[in-house]
Amino acid sequence: MKEILTALGRIFIRMPIGMLVVLKHLFKKPVTLDYPRKKKPMAPRFMGRQYLERYDDGSERCVSCGLCAAACPADCIYMEPAENEKGERYAKVFEINLLRCIFCGFCEEACPEEAIFMGHHYEFSADNRDSFIWTKEDMLVKHPRKDNPFKTLFRRVRKVYGVGEKKG
Amino acid sequence: MSAEKKTITLNMGPQHPSTHGVLRVKLELDGERVVTAEPIIGYLHTGIEKTMESMLYYKAIPATDRMDYLAPMSNNLGYCLAVEKLMDIEVPEKVKWARVCLVELTRVASHLVWLGTHSMDLGAMSMLIYAFRERELIIDLYEACGGQRMMTSYIRIGGLASDLPADFEKKVRNIIKTIREKMKDYDKLLTENPIFIMRTKGVAVISAEDAINYCLSGPMLRGCGVDYDVRKANPYSGYENFDFDVPLGKNGDAYDRYLIRMEEMRQSLKIAEQAIDGMPEGPYRAHVPGVVLPPKEDVLYKMESMIFHFKIITDGFKAPVGSVYQAIESPRGELGFYITGDGTNIPRRVRVRPPSFVNLGALPILTEGYLLADVVCAIGSIDIVLGEVDR
Ligand code: SF4
Ligand code: SF4
Repeated sequence: MKEILTALGRIFIRMPIGMLVVLKHLFKKPVTLDYPRKKKPMAPRFMGRQYLERYDDGSERCVSCGLCAAACPADCIYMEPAENEKGERYAKVFEINLLRCIFCGFCEEACPEEAIFMGHHYEFSADNRDSFIWTKEDMLVKHPRKDNPFKTLFRRVRKVYGVGEKKG
Repeated sequence: MSAEKKTITLNMGPQHPSTHGVLRVKLELDGERVVTAEPIIGYLHTGIEKTMESMLYYKAIPATDRMDYLAPMSNNLGYCLAVEKLMDIEVPEKVKWARVCLVELTRVASHLVWLGTHSMDLGAMSMLIYAFRERELIIDLYEACGGQRMMTSYIRIGGLASDLPADFEKKVRNIIKTIREKMKDYDKLLTENPIFIMRTKGVAVISAEDAINYCLSGPMLRGCGVDYDVRKANPYSGYENFDFDVPLGKNGDAYDRYLIRMEEMRQSLKIAEQAIDGMPEGPYRAHVPGVVLPPKEDVLYKMESMIFHFKIITDGFKAPVGSVYQAIESPRGELGFYITGDGTNIPRRVRVRPPSFVNLGALPILTEGYLLADVVCAIGSIDIVLGEVDR
C-alpha cells in the first residue's frame, strides 16, 4: 500500500512540480545570445589570435630571440632573424601556423620583450589551409596606436642598454 | 520452436549519441537482454603519454588538459603536484587554496555536464540546457583566470599561470549562490521523477566486492558504500584544512550514483566557499630559482630573473632520478600521475592512471542481464570521458 501511495504521489505531485520548473522557464529571458549579430565581450585575459606589439615610437618590439618558438608546445612558430642598419635584431620572417597552434599562451608568457600577445580575435575560419599561416604582416599591429587594448604593457619605450643609464 | 538459444551481436557506436565520444560497445543480445557487453576503445587515441615523454616538464601541461577535457583543472593539478613532488617544491599557501577552489568548481562543472548528458540519455531533455547554462558561469571563471575557456592550463608547476583576477571572489560567490539556487530546480525535475527513478533504480548494479575487484574509484565506488576518497585518504594540496563530507550510497545502482554526484556538487560548493573565505594573501608562484618561472614583471626588470626565465624556457629544468606517484580525486575518481625522472630535462616515463578507463572496465558487469536500453543508462552513469580513456 505504501509503495502505491509513493508511486501515485510521484506521478501526481512530483512530476507536475518538475513540469512547473520547465514551464517557469518559458517566461524567462533567454540566456543565449543572437550570436553573429551580438557578441559576448571576452575576458581581458582571453587568448585568441596572436598579434605583435610595437613600441610607442613605432619600432617593432620583437627581437627574434626565439623564446616564443622554444616555449611553444605545438612547435608552430617559425622565424628568421636579421639585423637592421643600426645593428638591432629583428624578425625578418615570423610565421605562426594557426592550424597547429593550441592557443595555450605560452608564447605570450615567454616573450621577454612583450612583443607577442594573444588577442581577442577568435573568428578566423577560411576555406584553404594556406591562409592559416599568419605572417608578420598579418600580426604586426598598425602604427600609431594609442594603447594595447587588451593587456597592460610594462615597458613602453625601447630600452637601449648602456646609453643614458644611471649607475647604481 | 527449437530449444537452443540464439543470440545476436549488435554494435553500439563508435558513433552513437549516448556513448559520449567514440566508444564502441559490442553487445551480445538474447532478445532484448544483454548477455555480454564488450567495450572496444582506442578510437580517440592521441598518444598523450608518449607526447609528454618527449617534452620539457612545463610544456606538457597543455597536453594534460586534453585528456579529460571536462575537468582540465583537475588534470593540471594532478600533473603539477606530481612534478612538484619529484622536484620537492613547496608551493605558497595562497596557491593551495586557490587550487582547491578552482578544482572543486571544476568538479561541479564536470558533474553538471554529466548530469545534463546522463539525464538527456534517459529522456529529460530540458536538464541538458539547464546544466549547461550553469556550467557556463564556471567556464567564464576559467576564461577570466587563465584566458581559455576549456583548455585552461592555468595551474602550473610551482603555482599558477598568473595571479587570480581582481573580481575572482565576486565571481566565485556568484557561482556558488546561483548553482545552489538552481540545484533545487534539478532536484524537483529529477530526484523524485517517476520516469527517472524507473530508468535508474536497480539498474547497472555493482556490488561493493566487485567494485573493489575492478579497481573502481570515485562515485562509482562510493555508490556501493565503500568509503574511499583520495581527498580524505591521502590529502593533497591542503585538503585536510577543509570540512566536507563524502557521500556514500547503498545499493550501487545508477540512482545512488546520481544522488552521490548531486551531493558531491553541494559539498564542492561548500569547499569552494571555505576556500574563498579563507584565501590567504601571498605570491602566486613559489620562489624556486631555476625551476619555477619567475613572475613576468621581474623578468622585464631584473637581470637574474631574466636569466632564469631564458634558461627555463629554452632548457627546462633537470629532474632528479626517481619515480613519484601522485593521485588526486578528479570528478571521475582517482586520477594518478606516475612520473619517472632520469636526470635530464624530459621525463623518462609518464603514466596516467585514468579513472574513466578503469571504471569503463566494469561495463560488462554493469550491463549483464539488463535490457538494451539500460546499457545507455550504465554508460551514462559511469561518467566516462573518452579523451581520458584512450589518452
Ligand atoms: S615574439 Fe618575443 S619571444 Fe618571440 S622572438 Fe620576438 S621577442 Fe622573442
Ligand atoms: S599559443 Fe601556444 S601553441 Fe600557439 S603559438 Fe603560442 S605557444 Fe605556440
